[in-house]
Amino acid sequence: MTSPADLSVVDPELSVEEARFNDLIAADSRIEPRDWMPDAYRKTLIRQISQHANSEIIGMQPESNWITRAPSLKRKAILMAKVQDEAGHGLYLYSAAQTLGITREEMTEQLIAGKARYSSIFNYTTPTWADMGAIGWLVDGAAICNQVPLCRASYGPYGRAMVRICKEESFHQRQGFEILLELMQGTEAQREMAQDAVNRWYWPSLMMFGPPDDQSPNSAQSMAWNIKRFSNDELRQRFVGMLVPQAEVMGVTLPDPNLRFNEETGEYDMSEIDWTEFNEVLAGRGPANAERLRRRREAHEDGAWVREAAHEYARKQSERALAAAGAVA
Amino acid sequence: MRPEPVEGFRPAQPAEDVHGDVSVDRLALADELAGTAADGSTAVASADAAEYAMRLGDDALVLAQQLGMWIARAPELEEDVALGNIALDLIGHARSLLHYAGTASGRSEDDLAYWRDEPEFRNAWLFEQPNGDFGHTIARQLAASVYLFELYSRLVDSTDPTLAAIAAKSVKEVDYHRDHATQWVLRLAGGTEESRRRMLLAIADTWPYVDELFVDDALVERLAATGVAVLPSTLRPAFDAVIDEVFAEAVLERPTGRTAFIASGGGRAGSHTEHIGPLLAEMQVLARAHPGASW
Repeated sequence: MTSPADLSVVDPELSVEEARFNDLIAADSRIEPRDWMPDAYRKTLIRQISQHANSEIIGMQPESNWITRAPSLKRKAILMAKVQDEAGHGLYLYSAAQTLGITREEMTEQLIAGKARYSSIFNYTTPTWADMGAIGWLVDGAAICNQVPLCRASYGPYGRAMVRICKEESFHQRQGFEILLELMQGTEAQREMAQDAVNRWYWPSLMMFGPPDDQSPNSAQSMAWNIKRFSNDELRQRFVGMLVPQAEVMGVTLPDPNLRFNEETGEYDMSEIDWTEFNEVLAGRGPANAERLRRRREAHEDGAWVREAAHEYARKQSERALAAAGAVA
Repeated sequence: MRPEPVEGFRPAQPAEDVHGDVSVDRLALADELAGTAADGSTAVASADAAEYAMRLGDDALVLAQQLGMWIARAPELEEDVALGNIALDLIGHARSLLHYAGTASGRSEDDLAYWRDEPEFRNAWLFEQPNGDFGHTIARQLAASVYLFELYSRLVDSTDPTLAAIAAKSVKEVDYHRDHATQWVLRLAGGTEESRRRMLLAIADTWPYVDELFVDDALVERLAATGVAVLPSTLRPAFDAVIDEVFAEAVLERPTGRTAFIASGGGRAGSHTEHIGPLLAEMQVLARAHPGASW
């Protein structure tokens, strides 16, 4: 793990490549796959991008839980499109990570072996339809706040992947808002369902921004490298600022009695976040950690014969093509 | 740039734009997702045309419901995307067809999808056969997509403009579905010993349900006489020709001999296999728990 202290280690005989890298970062330019980069920068990016890709893939599960039971055909179509987008995001991100010298197989193996992380938020379960609304509104909303600045991340392939992803995430957040809005304008049972989901997802979504700034070990280095642009707490504030007026439109209550806009600081005051739960889920003791990995592993293992068949067929085809070319020659 | 507000979003926001330096396009849902008729018309179906549209709509809906189960379970991510895409196309077809079917009786697409019981569903048995392993899903996809492609290719000339418009949109999509299924049949049949064994089994398990697709009855005979519907029996030669071509390349044969069962069928009259009950129970459970609710 890299500590901010590394920044102060200045090699008096900086290599040409390293000086160029530093210049590019200082000029807020993009680093591209063939550029020289410090090992720690490469490792940080591999870790971050693969975690992000894994989160997209695992994140398909809590929502795919409701595809078969979506309560209208329109909602079913939108939900299918959304979960399918997430698979697409996983694909772009794995591709971006591959430009840094790791294979998709390695990343998949690390994920199903439980060695790679993914966003803890997906270890919560989705017992009701309103969870589709809350995930879109809160989880995707938090993801957007986190991810929009990543469109300007210094590593080119990552930034470009994020531009496309953010456009789709914005649609995801709106469809979540619409689901909740529709429920809040519906029957008593529907309103209760919506409020219950917001109660369950609000705090976990705030925790998606990570620990408070003074306890976030990797942040300073990532900010110095122009990978991260805003601190965890800054982004959390922006997110709450986005939620409050939307919650009013819907008529849902955000479950924090101390939440109010502070005219003096220009920020939202809020209750202390209970990090015990976050740490529990992070440590593998969330509602669905085991289930999420089990299902990913099963899908991967059940599909092994299909991937092997495709590989073998492609091999035979190229052999035939070679033989045919040889016969012609 | 601030994205354009979506209805329901209050535009008033703190000074800062949470979307940073990315401008987000206003995302209007495609017409097919918004539930309008495929040609934008408000045509009302005759009773016969409605029954016919319901058959086609139920085929698409039941197949979409099954393919949706693969999302987040497919053998590779590309297949999560591809099967999801196909399911999404089929939901679009189902919505247009059921919307049209419902115009004859004042019912919505959702009334038809969620509030009919098993004997009121009109899909053929092929579509309700379970996903099985990936090979079974592909065998079902091959038969379904080749059939649907031939059907929609002819239905574009229907004298019913709504059905013709739906067919014109759908035929391009099922052409892709057909290609997807064909490519996988070739890979599985020509891949490993294990994949070939599974593909052979899947074809044998699926083929008993093929004949029902091509059975004519009084309804389609009446509709075909006025050019509204395509007589299913007339699609068989084209279907067989395409299948024979795929099978020849994959070194497969249409099942013959003692184990080449042919299921009686009966879906068009509301008689079904045991698989549709659980499928509908799952699909309808939430909607039925909240009668009159809108979502």
